[in-house]
Amino acid sequence: MDALPPVHGAPGPSAETTAPLAGGVVPPATTARLFLAADPTFAAHRAVYGPMPSIEHPNALVDELRLSGLDGRGGAGFAVWRKVAAVRNSSARRSKRPIVVANGSEGEPLSRKDETLMRRAPHLVIDGLLACAAVVGATDATLYVSTEGANVMRAAMAERADAAHVAVVVAPDGFVTGEATAVANALEHGVSVPRDHVVHLSESGVRGRPTLVQNVETLAQLALIARFGAAWFRSIGTADEPGTRVVTVSGAVDIPQVIEVAGGTPIRAIIDACMRPDHTLAGSLIDGSATPLSATEGRPSPVRAVLVGGYHGGWVPGDRLSVPLSRAELAPYGAQPGAGVLFVLGATACGLETSANIAAYLAGQSAGQCGVCVNGLPAMADVLSRLAARHRDARLPAEITRLADLVTGRGSCSHPDGTARFVLSSLTAFETDVRAHLEGRCEVHG
Amino acid sequence: MAARRLESTSGASRDGTAGRMPVRLHIDWTRCDGRGLCTELLADQLTRDEWGYPLARRADDASNVPIPAAQLDAAHDAVALCPRQALRLVAE
Ligand code: SF4
Ligand code: SF4
Repeated sequence: MDALPPVHGAPGPSAETTAPLAGGVVPPATTARLFLAADPTFAAHRAVYGPMPSIEHPNALVDELRLSGLDGRGGAGFAVWRKVAAVRNSSARRSKRPIVVANGSEGEPLSRKDETLMRRAPHLVIDGLLACAAVVGATDATLYVSTEGANVMRAAMAERADAAHVAVVVAPDGFVTGEATAVANALEHGVSVPRDHVVHLSESGVRGRPTLVQNVETLAQLALIARFGAAWFRSIGTADEPGTRVVTVSGAVDIPQVIEVAGGTPIRAIIDACMRPDHTLAGSLIDGSATPLSATEGRPSPVRAVLVGGYHGGWVPGDRLSVPLSRAELAPYGAQPGAGVLFVLGATACGLETSANIAAYLAGQSAGQCGVCVNGLPAMADVLSRLAARHRDARLPAEITRLADLVTGRGSCSHPDGTARFVLSSLTAFETDVRAHLEGRCEVHG
Repeated sequence: MAARRLESTSGASRDGTAGRMPVRLHIDWTRCDGRGLCTELLADQLTRDEWGYPLARRADDASNVPIPAAQLDAAHDAVALCPRQALRLVAE
């Protein structure tokens, strides 16, 4: 995917007019929340968001985070307040000073949101990291980022006095290098591979210290909640998916881009925001079991399926695009909002071929530590590629399912599980293609 | 999984304290080389997959295999004898 055009907020419900706070700052009123600053400088940041309030009552901020419903934006989607509270409690109980880490390593090849956020709004990330450190009582704060992220974040940190102590660690490229235990390993031993663990990092992470790893978007959202509160955060989005999230849309769209959308926005609306006006899907697709009025009415769907949540996510078929970006409604597709990745598969691409390529990539991204991952993922990818190549062997789908079950839960990180989930979702979403392929045909390639 | 690591990670602690609480056998996949000694000691709980790695016969969590009280001694043996020190017992 090439350079993405500038970010903008998607059309969405706008917040009730909010009264100016001290200093004349008005809380952001529309879906464009994170990218309001005119440029990445500290001055532009302060001009739109005002100063970060000092954290005098850590528990009050933890409670505000709980009320906000903010979930992690790195992929797993864990409730932010729980992680923060766990680190705070474990630190107090064990008298160990915690460590906080901003994770902007973005190992997902389809995601550009963290890089974009750091380039456009680095000071929100720093504000959030410092706030987290204050809440859990950490004196050590680290940014774990790509090379490019390190450059922009260093430039931003140099503009302000309060970030002088923040360390920057450059993450190597790789799909699993941003996994939380890999981050802890990188900080402790300089190797970014996941590690075995029987307790959570929040209990015992880097050098046995309670460790809080938060995605950079999560921290930027937290910086806004600290300023404007949970009620403001929830004034956009839905009850289950409050606030906004930053998504990366790529594939068969006119304008691949990073875009901030309201929580719970239907997939179709997000895709439409990435289309030229004459290409939008609205009205051209019929959902679910609805019957078209006539076979020729509307043009055929230009979307075969959308991969939601990235390579560890799942495919949502092209006739189900009213599904919102919500954890509950994406679950049946093996997907979740995760790190906000939407990859659009056009009508001219074979879903099984694309899936086989992704599975092969994922097999190659194994950190090479765990025998089941090392052996099982290539085996699973290989069977899927045979199916994609139209081998007429009716046992292939069952073999893929067997291997997916076999690898699940049997690695030191969730890479086998995520890969298995993705592969199973491709069998489900492209069910009719599976049948055609087993007969030696392909719906796309004939 | 949130689990508490027991005192003894290699070698046996047979004073019976562990016997009263539910125990799981944790497999460190980054160490295991799949030669299968544990699967012989704990044949009721573990079998081997096609590459030789231990595979829980029944488990909600394939990396933390529940060990019934009657198998606790065998589990301690497996922990002590695993050539790769890939096993440990954790309390639930
Ligand atoms: S499961 Fe795979 S990716 Fe994860 S630590 Fe083990 S070998 Fe590496
Ligand atoms: S004895 Fe140890 S190395 Fe051998 S299969 Fe069992 S866990 Fe793996």
